[in-house]
Amino acid sequence: MTQAVLEKNGEVQAVKGDLLEVDHVVKEFKVAAGFRKSAAVVHAVSDVSFTIKEGETLAMVGESGCGKSTMGRLILKLLEPTEGAIRFEGQDLDKLTGEAMRHIRKKMQIIFQDPYASLNPRMTVFQIIAEPLVTHNMFATKQETEDRVRELLKIVGIRPEFINRYPHQFSGGQRQRIGIARALALNPKLVVCDEPVSALDVSIQAQILNLLHDLQKDMKLTYLFISHDLGVVRYISDRVCVMFLGKLCEIGNTEDIFKNPIHPYTKFLLAAVPKPDPHLRRENKSLLIGEMPSPVNPPGGCRFHTRCPYMTERCSSEEPQMRELQGRMVACHNAENLRIQ
Amino acid sequence: MSEQQNNAELLKITDLKTHFFTHKGVVPAVDGVTLEIPKRQIVGVVGESGCGKSVTAMSILQLISRPGRIVSGSIRLDGKELVGAGIDEIRELRGNKISVIFQEPMTSLNPVYTVGRQVSEAITTHQQVSKQEAKQRVIDIFKAVGIPEAEKRFKAYPHQLSGGLRQRVMIGMAMVCRPQLLIADEPTTALDVTIEAQILHLMKQLESDFGTSIMLITHNLGVVAEVCDYVYVMYAGKIMEQANIFDLFDHTGHPYTKGLLQSIPKPMAEKQRLYNIKGMVPNLLRLPKGCRFCPRCEFAMQECHEHEPELYDAGNQHLVRCFLYKNGGEPA
Repeated sequence: MTQAVLEKNGEVQAVKGDLLEVDHVVKEFKVAAGFRKSAAVVHAVSDVSFTIKEGETLAMVGESGCGKSTMGRLILKLLEPTEGAIRFEGQDLDKLTGEAMRHIRKKMQIIFQDPYASLNPRMTVFQIIAEPLVTHNMFATKQETEDRVRELLKIVGIRPEFINRYPHQFSGGQRQRIGIARALALNPKLVVCDEPVSALDVSIQAQILNLLHDLQKDMKLTYLFISHDLGVVRYISDRVCVMFLGKLCEIGNTEDIFKNPIHPYTKFLLAAVPKPDPHLRRENKSLLIGEMPSPVNPPGGCRFHTRCPYMTERCSSEEPQMRELQGRMVACHNAENLRIQ
Repeated sequence: MSEQQNNAELLKITDLKTHFFTHKGVVPAVDGVTLEIPKRQIVGVVGESGCGKSVTAMSILQLISRPGRIVSGSIRLDGKELVGAGIDEIRELRGNKISVIFQEPMTSLNPVYTVGRQVSEAITTHQQVSKQEAKQRVIDIFKAVGIPEAEKRFKAYPHQLSGGLRQRVMIGMAMVCRPQLLIADEPTTALDVTIEAQILHLMKQLESDFGTSIMLITHNLGVVAEVCDYVYVMYAGKIMEQANIFDLFDHTGHPYTKGLLQSIPKPMAEKQRLYNIKGMVPNLLRLPKGCRFCPRCEFAMQECHEHEPELYDAGNQHLVRCFLYKNGGEPA
């Protein structure tokens, strides 16, 4: 239950047991703005810091374009941060190269959203799952590799007889299981789950969530669970961080945040989720007005201030820093005064 | 929403069968669906991928193309039969009395025309109005569906608008001729939750302001609970259960509906395992004998494997296709 400790100088320091530490990470993409215009900069992730403890599930929620998938890719070093550092088991990923990085990569894997696009249609299940094993020279013989693949298939609930089938012979839920088997092949410590159930039907979604939950217990996995589905997030995660336009709004224990969101954006986000109970229908639901501002020209001050009904003058001029409040971290100037429902 | 006692139905589908004749065999995508949409109501059609909910909607608009075909059944709009009607008659209805909005606001608009022009076209196709008048009506409808700076947006191209705005344009296009029936096929699935909440709110407003009936097709039971008055649950081409929204959630009848509801991660639940329906949706080419759901059903009895159940009446316009309800309201 230890939180990232706030040191005197305001820096987030790694606490013992932190598997991953994201330290003031910034990621900007340069994009061509069009004919005879200078290149624009997309501020995808702006000064984000958090830690993931060993064995926990940290969920990252937010709407499209908030930078949550970029964050997942930065952690896996599929993208390199513009500024800041990401440390896995205390080692700065930016400074690792060659063999040392290969070694770390084994410990970090990803499960993708779309089980139709993330499996090569021309490879058999065996080839797909064996690929990471072969790349990292895990086994000397093909027989050993095959045994491991069969074992993995059994773990994720696919009959090992199907080892020579192709992805198109499986349903969406089964394909997602194959993707999970591939991610688990190297016994990773951290698995980034990027919207792993969004493409699945609700009955299949439940099967996959149960599987992820069991695997975490059996294999002592740590998850970074990226999702826009707040119902799923509440079910699976221990802690949540809420992102808005490249910035963290709020980070804390899942139940605390869901029961008592402090940041206005978190409040609106939770209120917007359609509840599967017609008795909870509200005619005058508090709706968030407007659209997401552009990450090319994010608003100054608090990035949420253009849509925030509780906006004060300070919000448009001064950027709120993450600070501790009621056992969690919140970035809002007026957090104490927001008692309005 | 108050009980509408004028039970006049706007749309009545009776025993509709839409089959697809593929080289592998006949796929009964819609296999005997009877469904009513009363005036001024939002009716939900829920089910998982491949259950036939979209094919039902496309059948209403006569948009089924080869190898699919409406095999039998009747679709009546305000008493007028649509199955077998001539193409001119159908064209007169499409976009005028019945409109549709699709899931993907990105791909449903033509990228090379301004949105204003595309929405104007919906008016000029059906009504003799001047260009100026059409434009005014488009701007009015843009305002009604909550598009800010409607005059300016009239000249915008689809790529200049966000997903939420494009979906509003689509809804505007669908509503501009004041249709009697709006078919919304997964209208919010591609949108973020805060935008989804805005669009659902807008649809409820349309129903109350314009008196439009809405057929809302979705896989999301949360969306259904939020806006629908009456709900049909589909599975493998058949209606499994139909009930008003409160009965469906409070007195869920069919084991399939129960399974769906239990599969949703509950906020308050401890970190226990989620319920899941075992197995998967059957291949429509090889439907099981008897009840279509019985291979996955916890309550399956001998009877279920042999005979197909009818829709049994559980009282209060609540019908359940399950032998447990054979003897009326209470499950056996």
